[in-house]
Amino acid sequence: MSGEPFQLERNAHGRLVLITSGGESHAGVVPIRAFPIAAPQEGLSLVDADGREVAWVDRLDQLAEPLRALIEEELASREFTPEILRIRSVSTYSTPSIWEVDTDRGPTRFVLKGEEDIRRLKDGALWIADSHGIQFVLHNRKALDRRSRRLLERFL
Amino acid sequence: MSGNLRFVSGELILTNRRLLARVDDGNEAPGSETAWVSWRLDEPAAVRLRLLHTDHGGIGALELHDDLGRLAIWRFTLAQNILALRLVTLFDAHQARRPWRAGADELGTTVDEPALCPSCRAPLPPDSDDCPVCSREVQAVPSTWVLLRLWRFAKPYRKPLAGGFALTLASTAATLVPPYLAIPLMDDILIPFQNGKQIDPMHVLIYLGGLLLAALLAWGLGWARTYLLALVSERIGADLRTATFEHLLQLSLDYFGGKRTGDLMARIGSETDRICVFLSLHALDFATDVLMIVMTAVILFSINPWLAVVTLLPLPFIGWMIHTVRDRLRTGFEKIDRVWSEVTNVLADTIPGIRVVKAFAQEGREAERFRVANQSNLLVNDRLNKTWSLFTPTVSLLTEIGLLVVWAFGIWQVSRNEITVGVLTAFIAYIGRFYGRLDSMSRIVSVTQKAAAGAKRIFDILDHVSNVPEPATPLPLTNPQGRIELNGIGFRYGNRSVIRGLDLEIRPGEMIGLVGHSGSGKSTLVNLICRFYDVTDGAIKVDGIDIRRYGVADYRRHIGLVLQEPFLFFGTIAENIAYGRPDASRQDIVAAARAAHAHEFILRLPQGYDSLVGERGQGLSGGERQRISIARALLIDPRILILDEATSSVDTETEKEIQNALDNLVQGRTTIAIAHRLSTLRKADRLVVMDRGQIAEVGPHDDLIARRGAYWRLHEAQLRQAAADDWSPVSDGVDAPVAAVAAGPSSHSELPA
Repeated sequence: MSGEPFQLERNAHGRLVLITSGGESHAGVVPIRAFPIAAPQEGLSLVDADGREVAWVDRLDQLAEPLRALIEEELASREFTPEILRIRSVSTYSTPSIWEVDTDRGPTRFVLKGEEDIRRLKDGALWIADSHGIQFVLHNRKALDRRSRRLLERFL
Repeated sequence: MSGNLRFVSGELILTNRRLLARVDDGNEAPGSETAWVSWRLDEPAAVRLRLLHTDHGGIGALELHDDLGRLAIWRFTLAQNILALRLVTLFDAHQARRPWRAGADELGTTVDEPALCPSCRAPLPPDSDDCPVCSREVQAVPSTWVLLRLWRFAKPYRKPLAGGFALTLASTAATLVPPYLAIPLMDDILIPFQNGKQIDPMHVLIYLGGLLLAALLAWGLGWARTYLLALVSERIGADLRTATFEHLLQLSLDYFGGKRTGDLMARIGSETDRICVFLSLHALDFATDVLMIVMTAVILFSINPWLAVVTLLPLPFIGWMIHTVRDRLRTGFEKIDRVWSEVTNVLADTIPGIRVVKAFAQEGREAERFRVANQSNLLVNDRLNKTWSLFTPTVSLLTEIGLLVVWAFGIWQVSRNEITVGVLTAFIAYIGRFYGRLDSMSRIVSVTQKAAAGAKRIFDILDHVSNVPEPATPLPLTNPQGRIELNGIGFRYGNRSVIRGLDLEIRPGEMIGLVGHSGSGKSTLVNLICRFYDVTDGAIKVDGIDIRRYGVADYRRHIGLVLQEPFLFFGTIAENIAYGRPDASRQDIVAAARAAHAHEFILRLPQGYDSLVGERGQGLSGGERQRISIARALLIDPRILILDEATSSVDTETEKEIQNALDNLVQGRTTIAIAHRLSTLRKADRLVVMDRGQIAEVGPHDDLIARRGAYWRLHEAQLRQAAADDWSPVSDGVDAPVAAVAAGPSSHSELPA
């Protein structure tokens, strides 16, 4: 841990406390990925409770182990992007439409407000935002079963 | 031009001794000599003479004054403007060299004139043969046979097109086989059967097999042909669209200023699509029809010439009818197109300006405007449909009459045993198809006209030459220092002279603040420096070379521009920042965002740098968008930086943040900043006060204040307003009336479309 410019620990309230190399401590820091979609492993910012950046990490995998585990743990508890594994049904092919899906976090249903909420990424993955702002991700369209794919095609 | 502004011709001649003038006043008999008026210039008394140049509303005037008053005025149309300006320059130059004039010795004795363009007599830029004035006035006349010009786009697809044509030929021939088989079926089988002869099943089977084979062949060939040609035409359409858009992007800003967004969008979108449909469906059908008619005619003549003549008789008549209707339809369709773009223009006007519409409660008026546009669309359509609806039934009627004639003549010939019943059947079957084709051919008239109208509008764009032409042999611009010289530049927008005789030299790395009332030409000056427009007179030099001699894109790459209304494209924040340098690394993007004080607010967005912004994306405040656009300018690391009211659209608090971001940006770059708020320009090395297209004052802040001139007055006015703001908040812009607050940008708004 000595090579790192800062140290992190979790306090009794479950918040992360960051101690800079200068000895300053900031309670309640939050890790934020700068490029959560394009490059999740690159560019991570640790932001204090007021939204001020207190530390910047170029690459997450360059961090030493205990620090990295702490950050990833915190990220995991904050980031919620269920991956869609199967589309069971859609209420209608026009929007808004209610989708019944199986995700890696269990089956759920959500409302798709419009086709524009389905965002295509460069590698062919899809991000689908529901009416409440929850992001669903679909990494590989080809891995879906035939029926799911046919349902999805109607919206693309 | 005469004194009361009638078109007459006159002459004004400057020699090194005298100024001569002659004007026809229009009343005298042609050919008679009008008097010459002259002023001596080579005597000391002439020192008081001054020649002034003004223009207004497309008419220019030269005035000769002495100390007591105006001696004469000559007016002229702006076509002569370049000559008039040259006359004034030469007049001044000559007068300055008169021996009695103080300081004349230093100027030398001869007046050297720059090289002139052979055709328009405008001075050529030094060491270049491209005339900047002439090249701008080139205008091609669109030809009538516009559709043939599509060949340019069809050329790459010659081979598939030829293949398609061969297939068309073959499939048309295949469709003509069945009626021919009707002759033996009738004459050899059915009629003998009626006369008591038995039917030979083998015989029938052969004929029926032939019919089936011909049908199958026609089906297969027809499919191949349609598919191949549709494929080609779709590609031609796509090429056309891309070419048009690429060309459009090359055009200078004043083209976009003069066109409405809706109209341009319609041209690129629907017009190209219309042309594509025309090529893939209608043109193909037409070619097939013509082929079929020719082939049918040949077959008919080979069977029986007399009957063929009678059958083909109505053809010229129908041809003539098609021709007469064609002219009417063409003008009609052009009118529909214009009216239709009027309808879309209302939409393109109203939807982006919806906040203004609602703020002034003018929904009713806009609805009415749309209704009127729609109504006139209906009206024009109604008028056209009157002609159009008559057309098709008439063709059908002629078809029926034609059939009738063939029946009558055929029965007469059968009765005289000149032809068999089988031949008559074949003729009837042929002309059924034949006239059917004529009917569909008549439809080609309208679609051809539509496609031609579309093609004309597309070629209007393609024929438009950019007002900012690429030089024939562009000079490379690498690592410019950023020294900018403006040498006597003038710029005219339409018939309004926006900038006149402006001289300024900006050192590398210097920050210049441009101030002045709105309409004083600040933004125009900046547009000229960016080469969005070209100067009408004079030259702008960067590193000592006229900017018109650099490649346009090469030159602009060194200019960073931050506008009052930052435009974000639909895409992620990272993409928007990297707009000028798409290959920038993520580290560079983050560094630029940090320097622009945008990093932290970007991290607050749900997806950080991957958040979508732009028309359909995340809503950002004006200050946030401005900082993204500053990061964008920072990332390309330009030598010349232009800030066009970069902080006017945000509140004072946000302005401070942006100002901090800008301070990072300005360092070490030649900067030209326009601002209403003089406080924004506190870091400027020199301030340039503009007034009606000319420089009123130049100098550092303290000097200008000490001079108590135009700058001082602006400064005082703003101090007073700032004091007034303390107790009553008013809109900040000098030229933004309070009533337009809703129209102006507020700090939390989506981008207008």
